[in-house]
Amino acid sequence: MKRIIHLKVNGLDHEIAVEPRRTLAEALRIDLGLTGTRIGCSIGDCGACTVLIDGVPSFSCLTLAVEAEGHEILTIEGVADGNKLHPVQEAFVEVGAIQCGFCTPGMVLSTLALLDYNPDPTEDEIRRALSGNLCRCTGYQKIIDAVKDAARRMKELS
Amino acid sequence: MTYKILNTRAPRVDAIDKVTGRAQYTDDLSRPGQLYCAILHSPIAHGRILNIDTSKAESLPGVKAVITGKDTGTIKYGVSPARYDETILCLDKVRYIGDEIAAVAAIDKDTALDAINLIDVEFEELPYVLDGIEAMKEGAPQLHEKYKRNICAKVNWNFGDVKSVEKDADVVRTDKLTSQMQDGAFIEPQAILAEVDGSGRLTMYSSTQAPHYIQRTLAMALEIPLEKVRVIKPAVGGGFGPKASCSTAELVTCKLAMITGKPVKMTFDREQVFLHSRARHQFFHTMTTGVKKDGTILFLKHNCILDGGAYASFGIATVYYAGSLLGGPYRLKHMDYDGYRVVTNKPTSGAQRGHGAVHARALFEMQLDLIAKELGMDPIELRLKNVMGAGETTCNELYMSSLGMRECLEAVRDKSGWAEIYKLKKTKRGNNNHKARGIGAACGFFVSGAGYPIYRSQTYHATVVTRISETGGFAIVESGAADIGQGSDTVLAMITAEVLGISLNEVKVKSGDSDLSVDLGAYSSRTTLMAGHACKEAAEACRDKILSSVAKRVNAKQTDLYIEEGLVRSRKGEVDFSGIREEFLQEHVGFTDHPTDEYLTFREAARIAFMEHGSIVGTGKYKPPKLGGSFKGATVGTSPAFGCSAQIAEVEVDLETGEVDVKKITGSHDCGFAINRTQVEGQMQGSMSMGLGEALMEEIMFDNKGSVLNRNLAEYKIPTSLDMPQLDSIIIETNEPNGPFGAKEVGEGAIMPVIPAILNAIRDATGVQITELPAKPERIVEGMKKKK
Repeated sequence: MKRIIHLKVNGLDHEIAVEPRRTLAEALRIDLGLTGTRIGCSIGDCGACTVLIDGVPSFSCLTLAVEAEGHEILTIEGVADGNKLHPVQEAFVEVGAIQCGFCTPGMVLSTLALLDYNPDPTEDEIRRALSGNLCRCTGYQKIIDAVKDAARRMKELS
Repeated sequence: MTYKILNTRAPRVDAIDKVTGRAQYTDDLSRPGQLYCAILHSPIAHGRILNIDTSKAESLPGVKAVITGKDTGTIKYGVSPARYDETILCLDKVRYIGDEIAAVAAIDKDTALDAINLIDVEFEELPYVLDGIEAMKEGAPQLHEKYKRNICAKVNWNFGDVKSVEKDADVVRTDKLTSQMQDGAFIEPQAILAEVDGSGRLTMYSSTQAPHYIQRTLAMALEIPLEKVRVIKPAVGGGFGPKASCSTAELVTCKLAMITGKPVKMTFDREQVFLHSRARHQFFHTMTTGVKKDGTILFLKHNCILDGGAYASFGIATVYYAGSLLGGPYRLKHMDYDGYRVVTNKPTSGAQRGHGAVHARALFEMQLDLIAKELGMDPIELRLKNVMGAGETTCNELYMSSLGMRECLEAVRDKSGWAEIYKLKKTKRGNNNHKARGIGAACGFFVSGAGYPIYRSQTYHATVVTRISETGGFAIVESGAADIGQGSDTVLAMITAEVLGISLNEVKVKSGDSDLSVDLGAYSSRTTLMAGHACKEAAEACRDKILSSVAKRVNAKQTDLYIEEGLVRSRKGEVDFSGIREEFLQEHVGFTDHPTDEYLTFREAARIAFMEHGSIVGTGKYKPPKLGGSFKGATVGTSPAFGCSAQIAEVEVDLETGEVDVKKITGSHDCGFAINRTQVEGQMQGSMSMGLGEALMEEIMFDNKGSVLNRNLAEYKIPTSLDMPQLDSIIIETNEPNGPFGAKEVGEGAIMPVIPAILNAIRDATGVQITELPAKPERIVEGMKKKK
């Protein structure tokens, strides 16, 4: 039996009808067409589906859509300001932290949360913050480099 | 030669789409009214199918079609034509837990899965075999009638004359290394969307690495004309080999689209990725190597058994690669190889990064270290003494048109501070009672594109069509090449921009579509070299047409004109372009972006050429020259060029728990010429991480019935950001004569040294020689106990 819920995603309110067992990842991708949230495993192992719920990195595949009601959800589609990339995104592009790109949205969102909480992280803190996001392409080196670069860019802006 | 675009760190052309979530992967596509496909997998490892009852599934509301082997037919397919041994769905037998028995199309995924559960299959269970060595014994359960003793390919090679030099060796060692079956563990599970248009033409979107081969296989196995099949590869979330072969999922999704007339979609769950597998084989290597006192390598006798699971897939090439790629990068005149590719009742293995050669390389490089130790030589010195250089040919007739092996080794030796660390006594390497540090080196080399297609053909391996937009100023590159994340679209864009003298954002690459051009796909590290050549030729043809039109108009010699940074210039002083500009401005009334440059712009020149010729189109093509020797299997391992790598790993081993912490990897790779420096490093670093995973943690585990136990990314461990150390990557460029702009591979060669460098470092730290991968803590603790 479907339930009507209200989701606040990237600052916009959406009213959708979902089965109670629909995951937030499915609701975002299928009901709202926000396919930038990737599904790699559906059981919380890979981190590709990471979104921010009230600023906290969360596996949207392990979150039910109905649970997300009343919370602020940020997906990758809400990170850039129109066509202006967020400094974290700029750093990922310029440093070369992207290969296949499937883990990228989750990585970017985990990075946003990290830098919001800790604007000047050590390499060890960066590695720890991203350890729930698997990447099979990069060996993480350029992702770590990009996070450091993003921290620098954000500091310059603030 | 200096370049404006090439050899830079230009961001990937798809980076902004990927970082904003706009990039579309196959699972992001959907069609109104699409159906969902689900597959019934075998629950037993080996059995005869006595009866399949689909009636309950068919009568479930929402189910539109249910198919079994009866519907999909008896046509055999696979990878190597001589070993086609798969049917779309099982006919008489199932051969592993996961084998595909039936498929359903239904209005949603839940209904499709419910229908699968309603299919009743009656089996006669057969004895099964899960061990590659057991499978070869007389009396072992037989999987396929045509593979006697379950051997689906056998290689017996004798290069040089091992017997004649055996007595000359001062040190002879025999060692073994066993690996485990692995998983590709790309983060994007396979996904497919198939639809049939009004003319009856089938289009399949798939997360494939090889649209061309998949197109052929779909047409052959589904018995439809090749022209009636189009395969499109949207963005792909990593492949590493397993996505290169055609899958049952692709075939049944298409079949269901053809039967129902509706678009049909299928996305693997993570368990299915493990069951379908097609990733790295389990290898059992035994090597006997003989070396002279002065360190000269004399001979290698190599025996290898590959446990390949239920079907042949890429395995024939794998067993050849496992032998042929030890021919270099050292001078080795005498080499015997006996290889056996065996089938067992497990998921099928196939190609994975460093195809076939990774564990052979690992054992050989470990042996070199052990031999160096016996001889009292520095292991890097021993290697330097034996490395080949450009112009040399291996005993199995692989020609090294360029080979910076020496440069690679010297670079990592110097950068890592090897000499100081290696010479320091262990006590001075920060050891305490609990932890020991070690350092290890290794080398490797790999093909830069297979010399021959998988099927016998004189086809071009890559073609490219480049068109300049009719308004001028914009190039569209059309290629069948498959960017699976490695960045080939960016490589093609950079080559085109360089040749045309325009900026990267004035080039649009359309790729990964079998309608656009012939390209054999992303495997054997072939794309930069082969599609790169074709792309360069296509762009040159466009450039020459444009310059010829300009030359005519300004009364100059075409050869005196060139394009740089978007402007047409002359090597012979000033040229009066005013007539062309005037004409362009007349064509351009109403727009605000009039050219004001002092020189003629590319846009004006391209427009003038269009006014003369109509559309400016350039085509390019590439196929390798005839390569290789005349012995059986000589074609596998041939390549127009070979890349090579050296790496040094530093580890710290916990002497109580056996845990290995890799502290640092310093790597170098000879890619001939780096089209994009960031991407070359990216391939090296990705290789290091996959190799580290295989060295320390990755293994598919089975229960005693043949069921994969760890079908998820928590229990099948791949490196996380916490497992990876600092990665230093050094690019070596040797200007490969057979590569476009001197470029050759980096995607796979860079994985070769990782495992042995780490294992050699573990031995340096603990004295434990690993004989079975992965080097899990318990194996190291056990090894240390044995030593005491």
